[in-house]
Amino acid sequence: MRPAIDTSAYGIHASSTASERPAPSAARNPHDTEAPDVVKVLREGDTLDPTTDPRVAPADVLRLYTAMVRLRLIDERLTALQRQGRVGFHIGSLGEEASILGSAFAMRDKDWIFPCYRELGAALLRGMPLQRYLDHMFGNENDPAKGRQMPDHYSWKAGHIASVSSPIGTQITQAVGFAWGAKIKRDELAVLAYFGDGATSSNEFHNGLNFAGVFKAPVVFLCRNNGWAISVPTERQTGSATFAEKGIAYGIPSVRVDGNDILAVIKVTQDAVARAARGEGPTLIEALTYRMSGHSTSDDPRAYRPEAGLEAWKELDPIARLRRHLAPQKLWTEATDAAIEAELEAELKAAIAVAEATRAPSLDSMFDDVFATPPWHLVEQREALKKGPRPKGH
Amino acid sequence: MPQMNMVQAINDALRLEMRRDSRVVILGEDVGKVGGVFRVTAGLFDEFGDDRVIDTPLSEGGIIGAAIGMALYGLVPVPEIQFSDFIFPAYDQIVSELAKYRYRSGGEYPAKIVIRTPVGGGIRGGHYHSQSPESLFIHVAGLKVVCPSNPADAKGLLLASIRDPDPVLFFEPKRIYRAAKGEVDEGDYTVPIGKAAIARDGKDVTVIAWGAMLYECLEAANQAAEQGVDVEVLDLRTLWPLDIEAIVASVKKTGRVVVVHEAPKTCGLGGEIVALINEKAFLHLEAPPARVTGFDTPFPYTLENEYLPLAHRILPTLLETARY
Ligand SMILES: Cc1ncc(C[n+]2csc(CCOP(=O)(O)OP(=O)(O)O)c2C)c(N)n1
Ligand SMILES: [Mg+2]
Repeated sequence: MRPAIDTSAYGIHASSTASERPAPSAARNPHDTEAPDVVKVLREGDTLDPTTDPRVAPADVLRLYTAMVRLRLIDERLTALQRQGRVGFHIGSLGEEASILGSAFAMRDKDWIFPCYRELGAALLRGMPLQRYLDHMFGNENDPAKGRQMPDHYSWKAGHIASVSSPIGTQITQAVGFAWGAKIKRDELAVLAYFGDGATSSNEFHNGLNFAGVFKAPVVFLCRNNGWAISVPTERQTGSATFAEKGIAYGIPSVRVDGNDILAVIKVTQDAVARAARGEGPTLIEALTYRMSGHSTSDDPRAYRPEAGLEAWKELDPIARLRRHLAPQKLWTEATDAAIEAELEAELKAAIAVAEATRAPSLDSMFDDVFATPPWHLVEQREALKKGPRPKGH
Repeated sequence: MPQMNMVQAINDALRLEMRRDSRVVILGEDVGKVGGVFRVTAGLFDEFGDDRVIDTPLSEGGIIGAAIGMALYGLVPVPEIQFSDFIFPAYDQIVSELAKYRYRSGGEYPAKIVIRTPVGGGIRGGHYHSQSPESLFIHVAGLKVVCPSNPADAKGLLLASIRDPDPVLFFEPKRIYRAAKGEVDEGDYTVPIGKAAIARDGKDVTVIAWGAMLYECLEAANQAAEQGVDVEVLDLRTLWPLDIEAIVASVKKTGRVVVVHEAPKTCGLGGEIVALINEKAFLHLEAPPARVTGFDTPFPYTLENEYLPLAHRILPTLLETARY
């Protein structure tokens, strides 16, 4: 028997017999987004499903469309900068823009986000300045992380964005503790924890969901099921038919959503926030999407997946789908994209120029923040480094 | 003999041993079809299939725990941890279980696996793709720790590690995965665990290193030679149990010693080596033993080349120690 995934709130009946269970590999099959339990809003043509439509104001829909287009252009530019050897690394979100931006949009300003490494869009939507991001990407003296972390490992406390870390899954339990802390202090807020399908195999996914389930922590777990963990496909991460059903085992209401339908992502995330606000605890959202690019600039996906597999997902491109919804309402015209691009281009050009011209962090900075105050041994090591010779090219 | 880089030599060792011994299995993240993120297991999936070259779920604890179980059943697992920075979710299995299995069962259950994992800086990987955690394993009783510096040693040491009765952590210095090249015997041979090699013969001062930093020491030694200082460079190769005889012999010869490693200074292997020298060759010392190491900070991104103990930082210490 399939564990019940509660989609009744969406007026959709979850498939209930074993024979209707999607095959374990279905998560990489674009047609799985048509499964009856998968929440959708955007329909063919220009209509919305009235039972699930989150009724986002047109100005906000346009803002989200703009944010998706900008995010994709930023990814393209960072990838080019990496290829030119100007930036060390980039990890983008091509194809996953709706999952990232829709969920971030649904969080309230007072809520917090514990990102994985692929949610730049969420930080930018919250207003993280492009200059701050590019200073980080170049690891220069103005990088708030002081050039210590590799690219795309930023943080932005003012925007309630936690610090990105490489080790998979670690943010999941931390998000739970953060939300639980707020609950203990009777502060009403919710925390969004992002992670990938691969991360559901990590220790921390299971710790995080278990603790959140037991203590009813106000967390929104957002699993970006993009089909791949570098070269490893989803059927190697789980024997379950879906990732969502893992939440059920931990006593957590769980739902699958069409991750390339930004309105649907907003709907399920808003519902999850509302549940958290009512004191009912966590929700697990599995967003069905697809990693259209390589894992990062270090990865060439042609080594493990056929290009042809991308075609069906291109049809489901989240930007194109929203555009098809906006155009008939005259909210989008041919000129819209060009205007977005021109505006972004000017901002990017200026920010890159400044970031690239800014010098490297000082030698002293390497020894700061290890502890609140450097003990004797770090003072000694710092002074020895400064007195000594510099490496070649510095 | 063919020329190989480190990646090819390690691949060659794995292939040879998998052909020879059907108990050998590889498991890890991305090790199968794509052949590892550094391509060290390239082609092995095609030759040996999914039963022996296994892409696993993303869980280091799962990989090592399962490898221990396979070993108990009688297989010889050679798991890969994608970066040694990501070994910590498996630390419990390694420290609490792997290292103690033989001991706690009175020898009934020797759990023998070889954990291969890339180590060290040099690829601009920041905090989590650069660290050198060897001391965290050496400190645990029951683990052998190996770190080759060249392709021929890499192949011979990996074959020796797989055939050794004890669990081995096999650290692969990723900075020189492709940069270190050399002739490698195509046949079956081993390089003994526990034996250091003299990479450069000298009489004035001994420098002890391993892995990628060996080349920085050789570079610094050449520069020191221009200033009339004759440096002996010892390549440790096995970090534990280390070759105490080779260390003591070299220190007796030169009376002066510098240890170089990428890992932070505090509680690094250098500290243990210096303590051993004090215990076993104190009266032969003519200068205080010195260490040139990474700093006691997390591994930085932009200032990577300031952090690493590269030749420019090794040379002054060599000269100072030689002239003390
Ligand atoms: C503990 C740990 N092990 C391995 C890695 C190497 N690694 C980086 S990303 C990744 C795949 C992650 O896949 P997924 O969770 O699906 O996220 P996605 O990249 O698809 O967004 C792996 C194996 C890591 N960062 N941390
Ligand atoms: Mg993924």
